[in-house]
Amino acid sequence: MQTKKIEDYIWEIPVTEKEGMRVPARIIASEKIMKEMDQGVYNQITNVACLPGIQKYAFCMPDGHWGYGFPIGGVAAFDLKEGVISPGGIGFDINCGVRSVRTNLTLEEVKPKLNELMDALFRLVPAGVGSTGFVKLNTNRFKELMVEGVDWCIKNGYGWEEDGERIEQGGRIPGANPEKVSQKAISRGVDQLGTLGSGNHYLELQVAQTDRVFHPEAAKIFGIDRPNQIFVMIHCGSRGFGHQIATDYLRVFTEAMRKYNLRVLDKELACAPFNSPEGQDYYGAMLCAANSAFANRQVILHQVREAFSQVFHKDPKDLGMHIVYDVAHNIAKLEEHLVNGERKKVLVHRKGATRSFGPGHPEVPEFYRQIGQPVIVGGSMETSSYLLVGTQKAMEMTMGSTLHGAGRTMSRHAAKKKVKGYELLKNMEERGIIVKAVSMPGLAEEAGIAYKNISEVVEAVDRAGISRKVIELKPIGNIKG
Amino acid sequence: MPKFKFLEDIAIADAAFEAYGNSLEELFESCALATFEVMVETKGVKQEQKEEIRIKDLNLDDLLFDFISELIYLKDARKIFFSKFDLNINKNKEYKLSGTLWGEKIDYTKHKIGQDVKAITYHLLEVKKIEDGWKAQVILDT
Repeated sequence: MQTKKIEDYIWEIPVTEKEGMRVPARIIASEKIMKEMDQGVYNQITNVACLPGIQKYAFCMPDGHWGYGFPIGGVAAFDLKEGVISPGGIGFDINCGVRSVRTNLTLEEVKPKLNELMDALFRLVPAGVGSTGFVKLNTNRFKELMVEGVDWCIKNGYGWEEDGERIEQGGRIPGANPEKVSQKAISRGVDQLGTLGSGNHYLELQVAQTDRVFHPEAAKIFGIDRPNQIFVMIHCGSRGFGHQIATDYLRVFTEAMRKYNLRVLDKELACAPFNSPEGQDYYGAMLCAANSAFANRQVILHQVREAFSQVFHKDPKDLGMHIVYDVAHNIAKLEEHLVNGERKKVLVHRKGATRSFGPGHPEVPEFYRQIGQPVIVGGSMETSSYLLVGTQKAMEMTMGSTLHGAGRTMSRHAAKKKVKGYELLKNMEERGIIVKAVSMPGLAEEAGIAYKNISEVVEAVDRAGISRKVIELKPIGNIKG
Repeated sequence: MPKFKFLEDIAIADAAFEAYGNSLEELFESCALATFEVMVETKGVKQEQKEEIRIKDLNLDDLLFDFISELIYLKDARKIFFSKFDLNINKNKEYKLSGTLWGEKIDYTKHKIGQDVKAITYHLLEVKKIEDGWKAQVILDT
């Protein structure tokens, strides 16, 4: 497929490349990333560009790779009247996201107790297929949680008053409608609150690299104030509850497509007009899963604070365990953006992409408003993660969006053939990273070699100007499902 | 005997497999076992729990999608890994699947755990008749 360079780090696939494209597709990448990008991305992002009501461009971020329907790393905004909503533009794991937490502890203080801390975390945060959490919900309480999100957790003693304002949209997105959630989704998710899940989800202990600070003002505001400071990163989503809602509505939309006479190039792009009963039902149900994912990461944080408190015999408040931020990277949201010179409310789908609102945006909490919204980019368990901030250029160029992680380059099965779980575990330990994993084959599938180079993809969004690097974080402990 | 093989180069993120059967029932049993093989070493899963299943659909793609979705749902809702499937598929105006699933409560001290399966996808999903039976291609989101 023909691509043309618009400027450094921005490439465009014109509408002439595929019949039915309503807008061009744009890929954010360096020349090297572009060369290595798998062909599935080109096909999938141009399929997205064919969807009704799409605004400006179909975007793919530098961590992009072959997904289902949308590529991972895909971003697309839709007109609210003419446009669609698609579960394939959000993903099965609704509001899969990342939370970053600072501490007052340093590597020197944690190192002697690292094993004990990892054991406590592994004990207190359930991980892996079929695991259940300690919070006992019934259907009514669960429905409250779907609407209230993180506020529900704080109200029930699983968080601090300040936590909510340090989460994208307060960890409580308005519009969630529990009546549009199936009984199956409820019974699948009712006992999973506070569980990590499996796959690429993890809980990681990290050291902030004070010699790798790129934006000192933002680093200071994030609470980075000592050398070798310990951070915690939580990466997970809405668990079986969200997976079931996505599955349920994928089937509903397969039928709705006939009703609305919609045709798509891939069954995973099944969609319905946003402004239709089916579209509105899914939107209301999807937000239930989004709020429950924020709550899931909140209950996990509650347990993480408990683990630190047990090991260091201090109150988590005295350990300074404040949330830096929490971002959703599989979601669709109503946002205002500039389209053809006018401010317009649109539905932005981000699938493996993160919101990247710039300085001064009213939705960025006041204490971050001068630097822009924090963006959290999780690496593979062997490599660094990064904290960034959103920019004005992202608002202008990519509907306020940026990348979400490293991006896979190798299938799970291929990785498992190349790497053995136990060897990887030993090898990582030699490099000072302790790993606790429920599944050894699962661990091998997440080896660093299965991912793109995180520094390269982060560099690409920084150079493209759609977010700005703040600091690099290196792993010292990783818990995997 | 259920027959399947995992595919390497078809889905970067997740688990893909090809499954075979002499009959439609055998094909669906192969797909079911492959799905659980992603989550657990199924040869170590006993057959002491039982669930009945009943699904109908107009076409085979949707029937397979709904069948695998139901298994994934039951894994979370009942906390069971399934390892044996006795299925019956009939076709009149529509396809009707009924049958019994056999398995064991999830037990981390006994089972060799793999990856959780979040969902079956429609991505490159295919059920087709081949010379000596049936073949399917499935991509799971894990």
